[in-house]
Amino acid sequence: MAALLALAAGPLVAPAASPDGAIDQLLEQYRAAGAGDFSAARGAAAWRQRVTPADGGEPRHCGACHGDDLRAPGRHLRTGKSIEPLAPSANPARLGELRQIEKWLLRNCKWTWGRECTAQEKGDFLQFLRTQ
Amino acid sequence: MTANRFSAATAIGAGLLVAAGLAIGSGAAERGVRAASDPLYVAECGSCHLAYPPGLLPAQSWRALLGGLDDHFGDNAELDEIGRRQILAYLEENASRRKRDFGAGGDAVLRITATRHFRHEHDEIPVRLVADNPEVGSFSRCDACHADADRGRFDEDTVRIPGHGRWDD
Repeated sequence: MAALLALAAGPLVAPAASPDGAIDQLLEQYRAAGAGDFSAARGAAAWRQRVTPADGGEPRHCGACHGDDLRAPGRHLRTGKSIEPLAPSANPARLGELRQIEKWLLRNCKWTWGRECTAQEKGDFLQFLRTQ
Repeated sequence: MTANRFSAATAIGAGLLVAAGLAIGSGAAERGVRAASDPLYVAECGSCHLAYPPGLLPAQSWRALLGGLDDHFGDNAELDEIGRRQILAYLEENASRRKRDFGAGGDAVLRITATRHFRHEHDEIPVRLVADNPEVGSFSRCDACHADADRGRFDEDTVRIPGHGRWDD
């Protein structure tokens, strides 16, 4: 009986306990904003893309701080502070809060690429990250 | 000679040190500095760097910093307006009112490392131990050497410079 109850409760609890709830909600918003299907492969390629800042400094990419292995901790480029792994497989607490995801996508797109990311790009990133 | 008052307290006796610690904890101390305590400030600002104790800068400095988060020393640290206001209110309320936490010209500086107090406390530390030390890199990284920085403790006894060890001047 306990097992049945656990099964029944599973789907109700899952969205709050895993990254999927927040990510699904955001992907829905991005679709509503005009994005098409999301691609993990496109997200992975964008993740590695290096962009030279407008002031001509060193090219920037996501891994500059997050590292190339998303299951390992990253390191903030300037402050040296450790950044917890982004991969939900290594860090289940990641990508679970909608507002946090949006905040970091805004900041980090602007810093890394010098502009905000489009709804399509953000969705591709999340589609990629959730598989890590 | 830059030994601060806490070092002196240690020399006098553990009782005094405890008293000083309690005073800091209760916020009654004019000496030392209280650790950052506001959960939103610690979560937001502390995710990229040490949540610097608000008492290390005057309110004017905090206002200028929180007014330019989209270019925060070259990084984007934007906050939503509600969060920004809430954090600023906390920082202003707990900001320093001491002259030593302003710049050399009496101006409110953006960097803690540019305050008179900071410069006085660190003026004897050679560049090779900080800027040229790959494990430190910058004076802005208090916690690279001050092991208890997140608790507001910066006294000399707690200093361990990576690759060097204790600092005793």
